[in-house]
Amino acid sequence: MSTEEQSLITTEVQTENTTRADRPDETVLEARSLDVYYGQDQALTDVSIEIPEHKVTAMIGPSGCGKSTFLRSINRMNDQIDACRVDGELSFHGKNVYDEDVDPVALRRKIGQVFQKPNPFPKSIYENVAYGLRVQGTVDDVDLDDAVEQALRGAALWDEVEGKLDSSGLDLSGGQQQRLCIARAIATDPEVILMDEPTSALDPVAASKIEDLIDELVEEYTVVIVTHNMQQAARISDRTAVFLTGGELVEFDDTASIFEDPADDRVEDYITGKFG
Amino acid sequence: MSTDVTDRSGPGIRGDGAVGADNATDRRVRRLLFGCAVITVLTTLAIFFVLIDNAASYFFGAKLTEMLLGASVERTVTFTEFFSGTRWAPDHATPGHGVLPIVFGTLAITVGAAFVSIPIGTATAIYLSEYSSKSVRSKLKPTLEILAGIPTIVYGYFAIAFINPVIVAPIAETLFGINMGRYSLLSGMLVVGIMTIPMVSSISEDAMSAVPDDLRNGAYALGATKFDVSTRIVLPASISGVFASYILAVSRAIGETMAVTLAAGMQPQITANPFAEIMTMTAYMVKMARGTTAVGTVEYQSLFAVGLLLFVMTLSMNLLNDWFKRRFQEEYR
Repeated sequence: MSTEEQSLITTEVQTENTTRADRPDETVLEARSLDVYYGQDQALTDVSIEIPEHKVTAMIGPSGCGKSTFLRSINRMNDQIDACRVDGELSFHGKNVYDEDVDPVALRRKIGQVFQKPNPFPKSIYENVAYGLRVQGTVDDVDLDDAVEQALRGAALWDEVEGKLDSSGLDLSGGQQQRLCIARAIATDPEVILMDEPTSALDPVAASKIEDLIDELVEEYTVVIVTHNMQQAARISDRTAVFLTGGELVEFDDTASIFEDPADDRVEDYITGKFG
Repeated sequence: MSTDVTDRSGPGIRGDGAVGADNATDRRVRRLLFGCAVITVLTTLAIFFVLIDNAASYFFGAKLTEMLLGASVERTVTFTEFFSGTRWAPDHATPGHGVLPIVFGTLAITVGAAFVSIPIGTATAIYLSEYSSKSVRSKLKPTLEILAGIPTIVYGYFAIAFINPVIVAPIAETLFGINMGRYSLLSGMLVVGIMTIPMVSSISEDAMSAVPDDLRNGAYALGATKFDVSTRIVLPASISGVFASYILAVSRAIGETMAVTLAAGMQPQITANPFAEIMTMTAYMVKMARGTTAVGTVEYQSLFAVGLLLFVMTLSMNLLNDWFKRRFQEEYR
């Protein structure tokens, strides 16, 4: 079958996925021998991984396996925890983010994050989205208006909130709140968006909207998503990293390979539901 | 309670005598607790009544209760004189009954103290809640609580022995060439400001600490600095608690007595000079209540008129606080 014929019979989404998979891998984030400790407890052990640009990389694994810790290590949110200590290297475009001269505030402006529980600020919808821009120095009202609209459209929320930008972000439903948080994260135009179980507090319909959104977001951003839901990882991700207890990265490969033909027996056991 | 399963006619749920006795005990306990709660309400009402009753005799020459029993009304002090006169000297040979000078004293001290306690207290709260390490907080918080526990008379002596002669007087002399007495408005403002700092800082800090970390993390993840998070997230989210602390501090400053009497003096006057001696409403009441004034005289009754006014002022602060709390309830969940 020629490529022309193929494009005639495939749906648009599949076309996108095909191009996504065909894209050459440009590593945007790379961990090398990363160890993370909370006090005496080791949360990550010798993790090495290369996360490709403009793809969805899923982190799966049982509770306490360190996948969220890994996510927080990327944008240095672990700095908020006093007892946390990081060894090894974690590079963003080849620059170790734990170098002395890296400002975590600047880093977080490049790497946005969406949390498990929707956490809109107790402010208006508009101010929620504008917050990141304001702290990053945008003061011009026209610029802000544009950016807020763009971000809300990007998060597939604009149509639902267009007429009520001044009402509180807390008045939205859970799924809308989470999309507001995504809008807030993309408003400042980061390169990478980290998502820590973004759908686990949502109902299935709201969750599926977020999944569709992730599929669109990856055209412009690199998405790293932690999820408990293996079907979700299988549905939306290009690459899957499996962490197991002890903070060990057991396997990292194309999502299809992980779910169809895992190399490691423990990964197979985990995926087939023998534990975790 | 019977749990006999063989009793088919309502096993275990038909209260027997013991349950009835329990209910009776419950009712007694309930009445006792209610009685205790009522004491505070009755006390408030009683205070309000005594103030009004006696204040009436300041204005009308007879108490409300006496008037009901047929005492003749004789205007001694008019409301116009009381509220607009600028000379306060009820015990003078030629008495003046204008309350404004001592209201000015109280308000000046209150506003001045707020300028000390609100910025410093809020900054302290932000530091404790957002910036300080655990070890610093564990030392600073108890220190603030000690500050809050010092008797106000001690603050008064602190003002007399330190703030006025060591800080305020040299400033007055070197910068303005004013030779100052032992008391000054400024030292009253400073000492009341200092003593209300812990009130602002500790209540504000509680409100700020109650802001969920989710919100902080959300802001940090957007590249906010600690300062951004403190001022644009934590402070707005905790504003009702923070404002409540301001109101409490202001109410305290209005009612503050011993420290302010010792620091600011007993000279009723309206003045823009912060190095002058003034008199607050509370200081006047201390002076009157010391006992050289005969009970029943107009100057004695003035005590109650001033007390009633003070009561109304603090009451309105409380009402303002309630209104603000309802209006700006913490929105986060």
